[in-house]
Amino acid sequence: MIQAERLTKRYGPLLAVDALSFEVAPGEVLGFLGPNGAGKSTTMKMLTGFVAPTSGDAIVCGHRVSGDARAARDRLGYLPEGAPSYPEMTVRAFLAFIAAMRGLRGPARRTAVDRAVGQLDLGDVLAQTVDTLSKGYRRRVGLAQAILHDPPVLILDEPTDGLDPNQKHQVRRLIEGMAADKIIIISTHILEEVEAVCSRALIISSGRILADDTPQGLAARARRHNAVTLRPRAAGDAAQIAEAVDALPGVDSVERADDGTVTAFPADGAPIIGDVAALAGERGWPLVELHQESGRLDEVFREITGETVS
Amino acid sequence: MNAIRTLIARELYSYFVTPVAYVFIVIFLVLAGAFTFQLGGFYQREQADLMPFFTFHPWLYLVLVPALAMRLWAEERRSGSIELLMTLPVSTTEAVVAKFLAAWLFTALALALTFPIWLTVNYLGNPDNGAILTAYLGSLLMAGAFLAIGSCLSATTRNQVVAFILTAAVCLVFLLAGFPLVLDAFGGWAPGWLLDTVAGLSFLTHFNALSRGVIDVRDVLYFLLVIAAFLYATAIVLEMKKAN
Repeated sequence: MIQAERLTKRYGPLLAVDALSFEVAPGEVLGFLGPNGAGKSTTMKMLTGFVAPTSGDAIVCGHRVSGDARAARDRLGYLPEGAPSYPEMTVRAFLAFIAAMRGLRGPARRTAVDRAVGQLDLGDVLAQTVDTLSKGYRRRVGLAQAILHDPPVLILDEPTDGLDPNQKHQVRRLIEGMAADKIIIISTHILEEVEAVCSRALIISSGRILADDTPQGLAARARRHNAVTLRPRAAGDAAQIAEAVDALPGVDSVERADDGTVTAFPADGAPIIGDVAALAGERGWPLVELHQESGRLDEVFREITGETVS
Repeated sequence: MNAIRTLIARELYSYFVTPVAYVFIVIFLVLAGAFTFQLGGFYQREQADLMPFFTFHPWLYLVLVPALAMRLWAEERRSGSIELLMTLPVSTTEAVVAKFLAAWLFTALALALTFPIWLTVNYLGNPDNGAILTAYLGSLLMAGAFLAIGSCLSATTRNQVVAFILTAAVCLVFLLAGFPLVLDAFGGWAPGWLLDTVAGLSFLTHFNALSRGVIDVRDVLYFLLVIAAFLYATAIVLEMKKAN
Protein backbone atom coordinates (compact mmCIF):
# COMPACT_ATOMS: atom_id res chain seq x y z
CA MET A 1 0.00 0.00 0.00
CA ILE A 2 1.20 3.48 -0.85
CA GLN A 3 -0.38 6.48 0.80
CA ALA A 4 0.27 10.09 -0.09
CA GLU A 5 -0.86 12.42 2.67
CA ARG A 6 -1.30 15.97 1.51
CA LEU A 7 2.04 15.92 -0.30
CA THR A 8 3.09 19.47 -1.04
CA LYS A 9 6.18 20.84 -2.75
CA ARG A 10 6.98 24.47 -3.11
CA TYR A 11 9.92 25.79 -5.16
CA GLY A 12 10.19 29.38 -4.07
CA PRO A 13 6.98 31.06 -5.18
CA LEU A 14 6.03 28.09 -7.39
CA LEU A 15 3.63 25.56 -5.92
CA ALA A 16 4.66 22.45 -7.85
CA VAL A 17 2.53 19.95 -5.93
CA ASP A 18 -0.47 21.12 -3.97
CA ALA A 19 -1.62 18.89 -1.09
CA LEU A 20 -1.89 15.71 -3.11
CA SER A 21 -3.56 12.79 -1.31
CA PHE A 22 -4.20 9.34 -2.73
CA GLU A 23 -3.81 5.66 -1.94
CA VAL A 24 -2.70 2.83 -4.17
CA ALA A 25 -3.30 -0.83 -3.34
CA PRO A 26 -1.40 -3.91 -4.57
CA GLY A 27 -2.65 -5.06 -7.95
CA GLU A 28 -3.29 -1.53 -9.11
CA VAL A 29 -1.43 0.08 -11.97
CA LEU A 30 -1.84 3.79 -11.42
CA GLY A 31 -1.17 6.20 -14.24
CA PHE A 32 -0.15 9.79 -13.56
CA LEU A 33 -1.44 11.83 -16.42
CA GLY A 34 -0.92 15.47 -16.94
CA PRO A 35 0.60 18.19 -19.06
CA ASN A 36 4.33 18.84 -18.80
CA GLY A 37 5.11 20.65 -15.57
CA ALA A 38 1.97 19.34 -13.87
CA GLY A 39 3.91 17.96 -10.92
CA LYS A 40 3.99 14.29 -11.95
CA SER A 41 7.73 13.86 -11.65
CA THR A 42 7.95 15.94 -8.48
CA THR A 43 5.29 13.73 -6.88
CA MET A 44 7.26 10.65 -7.85
CA LYS A 45 10.46 12.15 -6.47
CA MET A 46 8.66 12.71 -3.16
CA LEU A 47 7.27 9.16 -3.10
CA THR A 48 10.78 7.79 -3.57
CA GLY A 49 12.26 10.13 -0.98
CA PHE A 50 14.61 11.86 -3.43
CA VAL A 51 12.94 15.20 -2.80
CA ALA A 52 11.67 16.07 0.66
CA PRO A 53 8.12 17.44 0.60
CA THR A 54 7.55 20.97 1.87
CA SER A 55 4.73 19.47 3.90
CA GLY A 56 2.81 16.21 3.97
CA ASP A 57 4.30 12.75 3.79
CA ALA A 58 4.22 9.49 1.87
CA ILE A 59 3.94 6.02 3.36
CA VAL A 60 5.32 3.07 1.40
CA CYS A 61 4.25 -0.36 2.67
CA GLY A 62 3.83 1.04 6.15
CA HIS A 63 7.13 2.97 6.19
CA ARG A 64 7.14 6.72 6.31
CA VAL A 65 9.41 8.12 3.62
CA SER A 66 10.34 11.03 5.89
CA GLY A 67 11.26 8.97 8.93
CA ASP A 68 12.13 5.51 7.67
CA ALA A 69 13.58 6.27 4.26
CA ARG A 70 15.85 3.23 4.11
CA ALA A 71 13.02 0.75 4.69
CA ALA A 72 10.81 2.56 2.19
CA ARG A 73 13.57 2.56 -0.45
CA ASP A 74 14.18 -1.16 0.05
CA ARG A 75 10.60 -1.76 -1.11
CA LEU A 76 10.79 0.55 -4.10
CA GLY A 77 12.01 0.10 -7.61
CA TYR A 78 12.40 3.47 -9.30
CA LEU A 79 13.01 4.51 -12.87
CA PRO A 80 13.85 8.22 -12.73
CA GLU A 81 12.87 10.52 -15.59
CA GLY A 82 15.22 10.05 -18.52
CA ALA A 83 16.50 6.71 -17.18
CA PRO A 84 19.85 7.99 -15.90
CA SER A 85 22.69 5.54 -15.33
CA TYR A 86 26.48 5.51 -15.42
CA PRO A 87 27.37 5.81 -19.11
CA GLU A 88 30.91 4.47 -18.78
CA MET A 89 29.76 1.18 -17.23
CA THR A 90 28.86 -1.92 -19.20
CA VAL A 91 25.27 -3.08 -18.82
CA ARG A 92 26.48 -6.15 -16.93
CA ALA A 93 28.61 -4.12 -14.51
CA PHE A 94 25.86 -1.56 -13.99
CA LEU A 95 23.21 -4.16 -13.14
CA ALA A 96 25.66 -6.02 -10.88
CA PHE A 97 26.38 -2.72 -9.09
CA ILE A 98 22.70 -1.98 -8.51
CA ALA A 99 22.11 -5.55 -7.34
CA ALA A 100 24.99 -5.25 -4.89
CA MET A 101 23.62 -1.94 -3.60
CA ARG A 102 20.30 -3.74 -3.13
CA GLY A 103 22.10 -6.18 -0.85
CA LEU A 104 22.02 -9.09 -3.28
CA ARG A 105 25.18 -11.17 -3.41
CA GLY A 106 26.57 -14.40 -4.78
CA PRO A 107 24.13 -16.68 -6.59
CA ALA A 108 21.15 -14.48 -5.63
CA ARG A 109 22.74 -11.56 -7.46
CA ARG A 110 23.39 -13.62 -10.58
CA THR A 111 19.82 -14.96 -10.56
CA ALA A 112 18.37 -11.47 -10.15
CA VAL A 113 20.50 -9.99 -12.94
CA ASP A 114 19.77 -12.89 -15.28
CA ARG A 115 16.04 -12.59 -14.63
CA ALA A 116 15.94 -8.84 -15.29
CA VAL A 117 18.13 -9.25 -18.38
CA GLY A 118 15.75 -11.90 -19.68
CA GLN A 119 12.63 -9.89 -18.96
CA LEU A 120 13.96 -6.84 -20.80
CA ASP A 121 15.78 -8.71 -23.51
CA LEU A 122 19.18 -7.20 -22.77
CA GLY A 123 21.22 -10.34 -23.44
CA ASP A 124 22.80 -8.92 -26.60
CA VAL A 125 24.14 -5.73 -25.05
CA LEU A 126 25.50 -6.97 -21.71
CA ALA A 127 29.10 -6.28 -22.66
CA GLN A 128 28.39 -2.85 -24.17
CA THR A 129 28.84 0.35 -22.21
CA VAL A 130 25.64 2.26 -21.54
CA ASP A 131 26.75 5.30 -23.56
CA THR A 132 26.91 3.22 -26.74
CA LEU A 133 23.28 2.10 -26.39
CA SER A 134 20.28 3.49 -28.22
CA LYS A 135 17.69 5.44 -26.26
CA GLY A 136 15.39 2.43 -26.22
CA TYR A 137 18.02 0.15 -24.76
CA ARG A 138 18.95 2.72 -22.12
CA ARG A 139 15.35 2.90 -21.04
CA ARG A 140 15.25 -0.87 -20.78
CA VAL A 141 18.46 -0.89 -18.74
CA GLY A 142 16.76 1.63 -16.43
CA LEU A 143 13.74 -0.64 -16.14
CA ALA A 144 15.91 -3.69 -15.50
CA GLN A 145 17.65 -1.77 -12.71
CA ALA A 146 14.27 -0.94 -11.15
CA ILE A 147 12.96 -4.52 -11.06
CA LEU A 148 16.24 -6.23 -10.04
CA HIS A 149 15.28 -6.80 -6.42
CA ASP A 150 11.67 -7.70 -7.28
CA PRO A 151 10.25 -4.84 -5.20
CA PRO A 152 6.58 -4.74 -4.14
CA VAL A 153 6.36 -1.15 -5.41
CA LEU A 154 7.47 0.13 -8.80
CA ILE A 155 7.58 3.81 -9.64
CA LEU A 156 8.32 4.40 -13.29
CA ASP A 157 8.68 7.90 -14.69
CA GLU A 158 7.81 7.73 -18.38
CA PRO A 159 8.83 4.09 -18.83
CA THR A 160 8.16 3.90 -22.57
CA ASP A 161 9.53 7.28 -23.62
CA GLY A 162 11.86 6.82 -26.57
CA LEU A 163 10.88 3.23 -27.31
CA ASP A 164 9.66 2.07 -30.70
CA PRO A 165 6.15 0.55 -30.95
CA ASN A 166 7.40 -3.02 -30.53
CA GLN A 167 9.45 -2.11 -27.48
CA LYS A 168 6.53 -0.16 -26.04
CA HIS A 169 4.38 -3.21 -26.43
CA GLN A 170 7.02 -5.35 -24.75
CA VAL A 171 7.32 -2.98 -21.77
CA ARG A 172 3.53 -2.83 -21.40
CA ARG A 173 3.36 -6.65 -21.39
CA LEU A 174 6.08 -6.62 -18.75
CA ILE A 175 4.14 -4.16 -16.59
CA GLU A 176 0.95 -6.18 -17.02
CA GLY A 177 2.81 -9.35 -16.12
CA MET A 178 4.07 -7.84 -12.88
CA ALA A 179 0.88 -6.00 -12.01
CA ALA A 180 -0.98 -8.77 -10.19
CA ASP A 181 0.78 -8.52 -6.83
CA LYS A 182 2.61 -5.21 -7.09
CA ILE A 183 1.84 -1.56 -6.82
CA ILE A 184 2.89 0.12 -10.01
CA ILE A 185 2.82 3.84 -10.59
CA ILE A 186 3.72 5.15 -14.01
CA SER A 187 3.72 8.66 -15.37
CA THR A 188 3.12 9.32 -18.98
CA HIS A 189 1.64 11.76 -21.40
CA ILE A 190 0.83 9.03 -23.89
CA LEU A 191 -2.87 8.48 -23.40
CA GLU A 192 -3.08 5.16 -25.21
CA GLU A 193 -0.61 3.86 -22.67
CA VAL A 194 -3.01 4.60 -19.85
CA GLU A 195 -5.73 2.69 -21.64
CA ALA A 196 -3.33 -0.14 -22.39
CA VAL A 197 -1.82 -0.79 -18.96
CA CYS A 198 -3.40 1.26 -16.18
CA SER A 199 -6.24 0.12 -13.97
CA ARG A 200 -6.61 3.64 -12.65
CA ALA A 201 -5.61 7.09 -13.80
CA LEU A 202 -4.97 10.32 -11.92
CA ILE A 203 -5.13 13.43 -14.03
CA ILE A 204 -2.84 16.01 -12.46
CA SER A 205 -2.47 19.60 -13.44
CA SER A 206 -0.78 22.45 -11.59
CA GLY A 207 -0.04 20.04 -8.76
CA ARG A 208 -3.65 19.11 -8.09
CA ILE A 209 -5.69 16.01 -8.83
CA LEU A 210 -8.39 16.88 -11.34
CA ALA A 211 -9.72 13.39 -11.93
CA ASP A 212 -9.25 9.98 -10.33
CA ASP A 213 -10.97 7.18 -12.21
CA THR A 214 -10.51 4.07 -14.32
CA PRO A 215 -9.46 4.79 -17.91
CA GLN A 216 -12.91 3.58 -19.02
CA GLY A 217 -14.60 5.82 -16.47
CA LEU A 218 -12.58 8.78 -17.72
CA ALA A 219 -13.37 8.01 -21.33
CA ALA A 220 -17.08 7.89 -20.45
CA ARG A 221 -16.81 11.52 -19.41
CA ALA A 222 -16.13 12.49 -23.00
CA ARG A 223 -18.95 14.23 -24.79
CA ARG A 224 -18.59 11.81 -27.69
CA HIS A 225 -18.93 8.79 -25.44
CA ASN A 226 -21.71 6.57 -26.89
CA ALA A 227 -22.53 9.15 -29.55
CA VAL A 228 -23.77 7.67 -32.83
CA THR A 229 -22.54 8.70 -36.25
CA LEU A 230 -24.59 8.11 -39.40
CA ARG A 231 -23.49 8.83 -42.96
CA PRO A 232 -26.23 8.75 -45.59
CA ARG A 233 -25.42 7.74 -49.18
CA ALA A 234 -26.72 11.08 -50.43
CA ALA A 235 -25.66 14.16 -48.47
CA GLY A 236 -29.05 15.66 -49.25
CA ASP A 237 -30.74 13.24 -46.84
CA ALA A 238 -28.78 14.58 -43.89
CA ALA A 239 -31.22 17.30 -42.86
CA GLN A 240 -34.16 14.92 -42.73
CA ILE A 241 -32.18 12.26 -40.86
CA ALA A 242 -30.86 14.78 -38.33
CA GLU A 243 -34.35 15.98 -37.59
CA ALA A 244 -35.74 12.47 -37.08
CA VAL A 245 -32.83 11.37 -34.85
CA ASP A 246 -33.04 14.51 -32.76
CA ALA A 247 -36.66 13.64 -31.96
CA LEU A 248 -35.64 10.32 -30.30
CA PRO A 249 -36.13 10.45 -26.53
CA GLY A 250 -32.54 9.52 -25.53
CA VAL A 251 -30.88 12.03 -27.85
CA ASP A 252 -29.63 15.30 -26.43
CA SER A 253 -28.41 17.04 -29.55
CA VAL A 254 -27.42 16.43 -33.16
CA GLU A 255 -24.58 17.85 -35.22
CA ARG A 256 -24.20 17.83 -38.98
CA ALA A 257 -20.88 17.94 -40.76
CA ASP A 258 -20.30 19.33 -44.26
CA ASP A 259 -19.94 15.88 -45.83
CA GLY A 260 -23.44 14.93 -44.68
CA THR A 261 -22.33 13.01 -41.59
CA VAL A 262 -24.79 13.24 -38.73
CA THR A 263 -23.68 12.74 -35.14
CA ALA A 264 -26.22 12.25 -32.36
CA PHE A 265 -25.12 12.83 -28.75
CA PRO A 266 -26.87 10.93 -25.96
CA ALA A 267 -28.61 12.84 -23.19
CA ASP A 268 -26.97 11.10 -20.23
CA GLY A 269 -24.16 9.06 -21.78
CA ALA A 270 -26.42 6.01 -22.14
CA PRO A 271 -26.12 4.02 -25.39
CA ILE A 272 -28.53 5.16 -28.09
CA ILE A 273 -27.25 3.09 -30.99
CA GLY A 274 -30.14 0.60 -30.63
CA ASP A 275 -32.80 3.26 -30.98
CA VAL A 276 -31.01 4.99 -33.83
CA ALA A 277 -30.47 1.72 -35.73
CA ALA A 278 -34.12 0.73 -35.25
CA LEU A 279 -35.24 4.10 -36.53
CA ALA A 280 -32.94 3.85 -39.56
CA GLY A 281 -34.31 0.39 -40.36
CA GLU A 282 -37.89 1.51 -39.93
CA ARG A 283 -37.44 4.50 -42.25
CA GLY A 284 -35.28 2.58 -44.73
CA TRP A 285 -32.53 5.30 -44.87
CA PRO A 286 -29.79 4.48 -47.37
CA LEU A 287 -26.73 4.64 -45.08
CA VAL A 288 -23.09 3.89 -45.85
CA GLU A 289 -22.03 4.12 -42.24
CA LEU A 290 -23.56 3.73 -38.82
CA HIS A 291 -21.38 3.38 -35.75
CA GLN A 292 -21.13 4.15 -32.07
CA GLU A 293 -18.34 6.46 -30.92
CA SER A 294 -16.35 5.64 -27.84
CA GLY A 295 -15.16 8.43 -25.62
CA ARG A 296 -11.58 9.37 -26.29
CA LEU A 297 -9.23 9.95 -23.43
CA ASP A 298 -7.40 12.78 -25.14
CA GLU A 299 -10.66 14.64 -25.46
CA VAL A 300 -11.37 14.23 -21.76
CA PHE A 301 -7.78 15.12 -20.97
CA ARG A 302 -8.04 18.37 -22.91
CA GLU A 303 -11.40 19.20 -21.38
CA ILE A 304 -10.17 18.59 -17.84
CA THR A 305 -6.72 20.15 -18.05
CA GLY A 306 -7.41 22.75 -20.73
CA GLU A 307 -8.95 25.35 -18.52
CA THR A 308 -6.21 25.17 -15.90
CA VAL A 309 -3.21 25.38 -18.19
CA SER A 310 -4.23 27.69 -21.00
CA MET B 1 29.47 -0.74 5.24
CA ASN B 2 28.49 -2.97 2.34
CA ALA B 3 27.01 -0.04 0.50
CA ILE B 4 30.19 1.97 1.03
CA ARG B 5 32.37 -0.86 -0.27
CA THR B 6 30.15 -1.34 -3.32
CA LEU B 7 30.17 2.38 -4.06
CA ILE B 8 33.95 2.62 -3.71
CA ALA B 9 34.33 -0.28 -6.12
CA ARG B 10 32.00 1.39 -8.61
CA GLU B 11 33.85 4.69 -8.43
CA LEU B 12 37.23 3.04 -8.94
CA TYR B 13 35.76 1.06 -11.83
CA SER B 14 34.73 4.32 -13.46
CA TYR B 15 38.20 5.82 -12.99
CA PHE B 16 39.83 2.91 -14.72
CA VAL B 17 37.42 2.37 -17.63
CA THR B 18 37.76 6.03 -18.58
CA PRO B 19 41.04 7.81 -19.32
CA VAL B 20 40.77 9.68 -16.00
CA ALA B 21 42.92 7.20 -14.08
CA TYR B 22 45.67 6.86 -16.64
CA VAL B 23 45.95 10.55 -17.48
CA PHE B 24 46.01 11.49 -13.81
CA ILE B 25 48.62 8.92 -12.81
CA VAL B 26 50.90 9.51 -15.77
CA ILE B 27 50.81 13.30 -15.47
CA PHE B 28 51.26 13.11 -11.71
CA LEU B 29 54.31 10.88 -12.00
CA VAL B 30 55.88 12.85 -14.84
CA LEU B 31 55.40 16.19 -13.10
CA ALA B 32 56.52 14.84 -9.73
CA GLY B 33 59.69 13.53 -11.35
CA ALA B 34 60.35 16.67 -13.36
CA PHE B 35 59.92 18.94 -10.34
CA THR B 36 62.11 16.78 -8.17
CA PHE B 37 65.03 16.58 -10.55
CA GLN B 38 64.79 19.88 -12.45
CA LEU B 39 63.42 22.42 -9.99
CA GLY B 40 64.31 20.60 -6.80
CA GLY B 41 67.89 19.87 -7.75
CA PHE B 42 67.73 16.36 -6.34
CA TYR B 43 71.26 15.43 -7.40
CA GLN B 44 72.89 18.81 -6.89
CA ARG B 45 71.92 18.92 -3.23
CA GLU B 46 73.84 15.71 -2.58
CA GLN B 47 71.65 14.89 0.36
CA ALA B 48 69.96 11.54 0.90
CA ASP B 49 66.43 12.79 1.50
CA LEU B 50 63.26 13.44 -0.50
CA MET B 51 62.74 17.11 0.33
CA PRO B 52 62.93 18.18 -3.33
CA PHE B 53 60.26 15.60 -4.06
CA PHE B 54 57.76 16.53 -1.35
CA THR B 55 58.22 20.30 -1.56
CA PHE B 56 56.31 20.42 -4.83
CA HIS B 57 53.41 18.21 -3.82
CA PRO B 58 51.16 21.07 -2.66
CA TRP B 59 51.49 22.73 -6.07
CA LEU B 60 50.98 19.50 -7.97
CA TYR B 61 47.85 18.81 -5.97
CA LEU B 62 46.61 22.33 -6.53
CA VAL B 63 46.21 21.54 -10.23
CA LEU B 64 45.56 17.81 -10.29
CA VAL B 65 43.32 17.17 -7.29
CA PRO B 66 40.59 19.65 -8.31
CA ALA B 67 40.54 17.89 -11.68
CA LEU B 68 39.93 14.61 -9.91
CA ALA B 69 37.40 16.03 -7.46
CA MET B 70 35.37 18.11 -9.90
CA ARG B 71 33.46 15.13 -11.24
CA LEU B 72 32.59 13.64 -7.84
CA TRP B 73 29.13 15.20 -7.61
CA ALA B 74 28.83 17.63 -10.52
CA GLU B 75 28.85 14.70 -12.93
CA GLU B 76 26.15 12.85 -10.99
CA ARG B 77 24.08 15.98 -10.98
CA ARG B 78 24.53 16.68 -14.68
CA SER B 79 23.71 13.16 -15.84
CA GLY B 80 20.86 12.79 -13.36
CA SER B 81 22.37 9.62 -11.90
CA ILE B 82 22.30 11.35 -8.52
CA GLU B 83 18.58 10.57 -8.49
CA LEU B 84 19.33 6.91 -9.04
CA LEU B 85 22.07 6.86 -6.40
CA MET B 86 20.09 8.72 -3.76
CA THR B 87 17.04 6.47 -4.10
CA LEU B 88 19.10 3.34 -3.55
CA PRO B 89 19.23 2.12 0.04
CA VAL B 90 22.20 4.29 0.98
CA SER B 91 22.35 7.39 3.16
CA THR B 92 23.73 10.70 1.94
CA THR B 93 26.59 10.45 4.43
CA GLU B 94 27.54 6.98 3.22
CA ALA B 95 27.50 8.12 -0.41
CA VAL B 96 29.64 11.19 0.39
CA VAL B 97 32.16 9.15 2.39
CA ALA B 98 32.32 6.39 -0.24
CA LYS B 99 32.95 8.72 -3.14
CA PHE B 100 35.58 10.61 -1.16
CA LEU B 101 37.33 7.42 -0.05
CA ALA B 102 37.41 6.13 -3.62
CA ALA B 103 39.10 9.32 -4.82
CA TRP B 104 41.46 9.25 -1.85
CA LEU B 105 42.39 5.63 -2.44
CA PHE B 106 43.09 6.55 -6.02
CA THR B 107 45.46 9.39 -5.05
CA ALA B 108 47.08 6.99 -2.58
CA LEU B 109 47.73 4.66 -5.50
CA ALA B 110 49.24 7.47 -7.57
CA LEU B 111 51.40 8.43 -4.61
CA ALA B 112 52.47 4.82 -4.06
CA LEU B 113 53.57 4.62 -7.68
CA THR B 114 56.27 7.20 -6.94
CA PHE B 115 58.15 4.43 -5.10
CA PRO B 116 61.05 4.40 -7.61
CA ILE B 117 62.21 7.73 -6.19
CA TRP B 118 62.33 6.14 -2.78
CA LEU B 119 64.33 3.22 -4.18
CA THR B 120 66.65 5.68 -5.86
CA VAL B 121 67.40 7.65 -2.75
CA ASN B 122 67.98 4.43 -0.81
CA TYR B 123 70.34 3.24 -3.52
CA LEU B 124 72.29 6.48 -3.47
CA GLY B 125 72.56 6.94 0.26
CA ASN B 126 71.12 6.17 3.67
CA PRO B 127 68.05 8.35 4.09
CA ASP B 128 65.86 8.45 7.19
CA ASN B 129 63.09 6.18 5.96
CA GLY B 130 60.89 7.02 8.94
CA ALA B 131 60.96 10.66 7.90
CA ILE B 132 60.15 9.70 4.33
CA LEU B 133 57.18 7.64 5.49
CA THR B 134 55.96 10.59 7.57
CA ALA B 135 56.28 12.86 4.55
CA TYR B 136 54.26 10.41 2.45
CA LEU B 137 51.60 10.38 5.17
CA GLY B 138 51.54 14.19 5.21
CA SER B 139 51.24 14.30 1.43
CA LEU B 140 48.35 11.84 1.49
CA LEU B 141 46.59 13.79 4.23
CA MET B 142 46.95 17.01 2.30
CA ALA B 143 45.61 15.36 -0.85
CA GLY B 144 42.64 14.19 1.22
CA ALA B 145 41.98 17.72 2.44
CA PHE B 146 42.10 19.03 -1.15
CA LEU B 147 39.73 16.25 -2.22
CA ALA B 148 37.26 16.99 0.57
CA ILE B 149 37.18 20.65 -0.44
CA GLY B 150 36.68 19.55 -4.05
CA SER B 151 33.90 17.18 -3.05
CA CYS B 152 32.02 19.97 -1.32
CA LEU B 153 32.36 22.44 -4.18
CA SER B 154 31.53 19.78 -6.76
CA ALA B 155 28.28 19.20 -4.90
CA THR B 156 27.27 22.82 -5.37
CA THR B 157 27.17 22.74 -9.16
CA ARG B 158 26.38 20.58 -12.15
CA ASN B 159 29.19 22.20 -14.10
CA GLN B 160 32.57 20.52 -13.75
CA VAL B 161 34.54 23.53 -14.97
CA VAL B 162 32.97 25.67 -12.26
CA ALA B 163 33.75 22.97 -9.72
CA PHE B 164 37.37 22.83 -10.87
CA ILE B 165 37.98 26.56 -10.71
CA LEU B 166 36.25 27.02 -7.36
CA THR B 167 38.15 24.12 -5.86
CA ALA B 168 41.51 25.33 -7.16
CA ALA B 169 40.81 28.82 -5.81
CA VAL B 170 39.70 27.67 -2.37
CA CYS B 171 42.61 25.24 -2.14
CA LEU B 172 45.01 28.06 -3.01
CA VAL B 173 43.58 30.16 -0.21
CA PHE B 174 44.02 27.28 2.23
CA LEU B 175 47.55 26.62 1.00
CA LEU B 176 48.64 30.20 1.41
CA ALA B 177 46.58 31.08 4.48
CA GLY B 178 49.76 31.80 6.43
CA PHE B 179 51.30 33.97 3.72
CA PRO B 180 50.96 37.64 2.78
CA LEU B 181 48.78 36.92 -0.26
CA VAL B 182 45.96 35.84 2.03
CA LEU B 183 46.88 37.56 5.28
CA ASP B 184 47.08 41.00 3.62
CA ALA B 185 43.39 40.72 2.82
CA PHE B 186 42.75 40.63 6.55
CA GLY B 187 45.49 43.14 7.29
CA GLY B 188 44.08 46.51 8.24
CA TRP B 189 40.82 45.51 9.87
CA ALA B 190 40.93 42.04 11.40
CA PRO B 191 41.86 41.61 15.07
CA GLY B 192 45.05 39.78 15.87
CA TRP B 193 43.41 36.58 17.03
CA LEU B 194 41.60 36.26 13.69
CA LEU B 195 44.86 36.77 11.81
CA ASP B 196 46.46 34.06 13.90
CA THR B 197 43.53 31.73 13.28
CA VAL B 198 43.67 32.28 9.54
CA ALA B 199 47.41 31.80 9.50
CA GLY B 200 46.95 28.60 11.50
CA LEU B 201 44.78 27.18 8.72
CA SER B 202 47.64 27.15 6.25
CA PHE B 203 48.06 23.78 4.54
CA LEU B 204 51.67 24.66 3.73
CA THR B 205 52.64 25.26 7.34
CA HIS B 206 51.08 21.99 8.47
CA PHE B 207 52.46 20.06 5.54
CA ASN B 208 55.99 21.44 5.81
CA ALA B 209 56.36 20.05 9.31
CA LEU B 210 55.20 16.61 8.21
CA SER B 211 57.29 16.66 5.05
CA ARG B 212 60.40 17.21 7.13
CA GLY B 213 59.53 14.01 8.95
CA VAL B 214 58.16 15.59 12.10
CA ILE B 215 54.94 13.90 13.19
CA ASP B 216 52.97 16.35 15.23
CA VAL B 217 49.56 15.04 16.24
CA ARG B 218 48.17 18.53 15.73
CA ASP B 219 49.17 18.56 12.05
CA VAL B 220 47.63 15.14 11.44
CA LEU B 221 44.53 16.11 13.37
CA TYR B 222 44.28 19.35 11.46
CA PHE B 223 44.08 17.63 8.08
CA LEU B 224 41.65 15.02 9.39
CA LEU B 225 39.42 17.76 10.76
CA VAL B 226 39.48 19.66 7.47
CA ILE B 227 38.47 16.44 5.67
CA ALA B 228 35.65 15.72 8.13
CA ALA B 229 34.37 19.30 8.03
CA PHE B 230 34.25 19.49 4.24
CA LEU B 231 32.65 16.07 3.91
CA TYR B 232 30.01 17.13 6.41
CA ALA B 233 29.48 20.29 4.36
CA THR B 234 29.18 18.14 1.21
CA ALA B 235 26.36 16.14 2.80
CA ILE B 236 24.58 19.33 3.86
CA VAL B 237 24.90 20.88 0.40
CA LEU B 238 23.55 17.70 -1.19
CA GLU B 239 20.61 17.49 1.17
CA MET B 240 19.81 21.13 0.54
CA LYS B 241 19.91 21.11 -3.23
CA LYS B 242 19.72 17.51 -4.32
CA ALA B 243 17.12 18.02 -6.94
CA ASN B 244 18.02 21.32 -8.60
